[in-house]
Amino acid sequence: MALLEVKNLKTSFFTDAGEVKAVNDVSFSLDRGKVLGIVGESGSGKSVTAYSIMQILAGTGKIVGGSVKLDGQELVGAGEKVMKNVRGNRISIIFQDPMTSLNPTYTIGKQLMEAILLHTDRNRKQAKERAIEMLRLVNVNEPEKRMKQYPYEFSGGMRQRVMIAMALACEPDILIADEPTTALDVTIQAQILELMGQLQKELGMAIIMITHDLGVVAQICDEVVVMYAGSICEQGTADEIFYNPCHEYTKGLMRSIPTADTAGKRLQPITGTPIDLLNMPKGCPFAPRCDNAMKICIKKCAERMVINEDHAATCWMNVKKSLDSGEIVPDSEGGDDRG
Amino acid sequence: MTVADKQPLIEVKNLKEYFNINTGWFRTKPLKAVDDVSFTIEKGETLGLVGESGCGKTTVGRTLLHLYKPTGGEIFYDGKPVKTRSEIKEYRKKATMVFQDPYSSLNPRMTVSDIIGEPLDVHKLCSSKAERRDRILELMSYVGLNSEHASRYAHEFSGGQRQRIGIARSLAVNPDFIVCDEPVSALDVSIQAQVINMFDELQEKLGLTYLFIAHDLLVVRHISDRIAVMYLGKMVELAPAAEIYDNPLHPYSQSLLSAVPIPDPKIARANQRIALTGDIPSPLNAPSGCPFRTRCKYATEKCAEATPEFKEVSTGHFVACHRVDEINA
Repeated sequence: MALLEVKNLKTSFFTDAGEVKAVNDVSFSLDRGKVLGIVGESGSGKSVTAYSIMQILAGTGKIVGGSVKLDGQELVGAGEKVMKNVRGNRISIIFQDPMTSLNPTYTIGKQLMEAILLHTDRNRKQAKERAIEMLRLVNVNEPEKRMKQYPYEFSGGMRQRVMIAMALACEPDILIADEPTTALDVTIQAQILELMGQLQKELGMAIIMITHDLGVVAQICDEVVVMYAGSICEQGTADEIFYNPCHEYTKGLMRSIPTADTAGKRLQPITGTPIDLLNMPKGCPFAPRCDNAMKICIKKCAERMVINEDHAATCWMNVKKSLDSGEIVPDSEGGDDRG
Repeated sequence: MTVADKQPLIEVKNLKEYFNINTGWFRTKPLKAVDDVSFTIEKGETLGLVGESGCGKTTVGRTLLHLYKPTGGEIFYDGKPVKTRSEIKEYRKKATMVFQDPYSSLNPRMTVSDIIGEPLDVHKLCSSKAERRDRILELMSYVGLNSEHASRYAHEFSGGQRQRIGIARSLAVNPDFIVCDEPVSALDVSIQAQVINMFDELQEKLGLTYLFIAHDLLVVRHISDRIAVMYLGKMVELAPAAEIYDNPLHPYSQSLLSAVPIPDPKIARANQRIALTGDIPSPLNAPSGCPFRTRCKYATEKCAEATPEFKEVSTGHFVACHRVDEINA
């Protein structure tokens, strides 16, 4: 059984302008000891997916359907009491901005001990020892001295280490990292990613890595979920996604990254602008920006299609490919739609 | 983009920019944001400037445009010095800037046509209203905006479109030289490529010269002809783009480039990173001698005593390191 099973998750924000379907029918599963990457542009619903799993949505947000199962236990509708035990204890989260996610008025030590005291039956002395041990684990020098310092005395990379130490203090089964390195410099980013990979192997936990940086995904993820406009457009192993992308959006993303080969040439960008979630088109959400959009793409969204056992995508182009190669025979209803 | 005549458009000699920081009652200490930096930019060229946050790359860009008064050093534009008030005023018609954050660098109370038209008014470049309007529409067409966008406000646009407005504004005075300060780092990957292409196209069409400041090393490699690496206010390496990626000579450039995550799982897994320990020191207490010595695994006593000279080791490849020959032997 998978450690975390997300099925048909739907989360909406009810704003004055109408319902915004931020997460629309998202399903994936995560096994113990694996790193799952969720990639997408801003507004694609990757963070909201994470917040829905943790049930820490902002006021107007609500899970409207689907299920989230942790070790077989249903979390959606399970109530605050259950969730309090899950958050920080079984699933932890690191936020994007290490500058603002620590409380500036408490010492680092106090903030680290808070989580330990809350979730374990250690006394204050043991909690302090544990906090120092955690700081040492994330390579903070002189942890005893650092415990008494305030966040402003830490650099960005150091603060992110503290966040990681805090998240790991209760040995969670799953660590959700929401753009943990976006605010950091590349050299510090490399240190943090290396640290996360090493801790993941040592402690055997699973990581959900939310990022927009395909380089980060390539470096540490086993599996990848690509999101666009609140839905999953493609999911599979990292190798499948990078070397055999089967959704037009993923292909576009891969083409638009500058590499050694593009120097002096034009990049191939994805045209158009990101979608407005309040005015979602009827068909495939990517169709208005897709160069290969067909008639059917505008009419209705494709079903999830299994490419192979490690890979699935939601794109009509795969159906077209199979039709062209004669792998499948068109049925009477769908056949004349394709143009 | 090599140009036949090699007269540099921009020449910077020993540029220094110190900020006075209060360290106590009536006590100040100079923060050396840019310390003795010299370089040239050829006509039609793109010079990329990279480094970690706090290394002074933005300050170089701003001081270069006299947005900060340089503490020391000289700036030459097309062979002529830029120092007096009238020289600066003339210079600002030729050198402009695109800012990092398209959300805060546009006035929310102004329409797009007023934003783009402001430089035209300041420098009195248009004699009639009709001329001004035509020029604004022409600028908007350069950056792929429609004429119907002219009467809208900045908040009605997405990040990529706002950055286009910012670029149109910087083109208004018909400049030769643009300082691009992290112009794509606030944009999504799919939009980033559109804007980068636009920079390329405008350069070809209008013969522009860029100083392209960014921390995304993949983007910089794509757009630049030459790349300069900065560390703690000093330039540590300067070389043609391909050269610096294939053969970085300074230990800092080597670790910086090896830290770039490569979007290819097989290469990324095999990639051997040259780890850097610790954080960048505070520029208020910069180490003596070579600024990088506290994090450099090759550092010797000599590195603490003397500041290494920024010297040419092969044609067009400058490095500031005492032990460059030994390390790369």
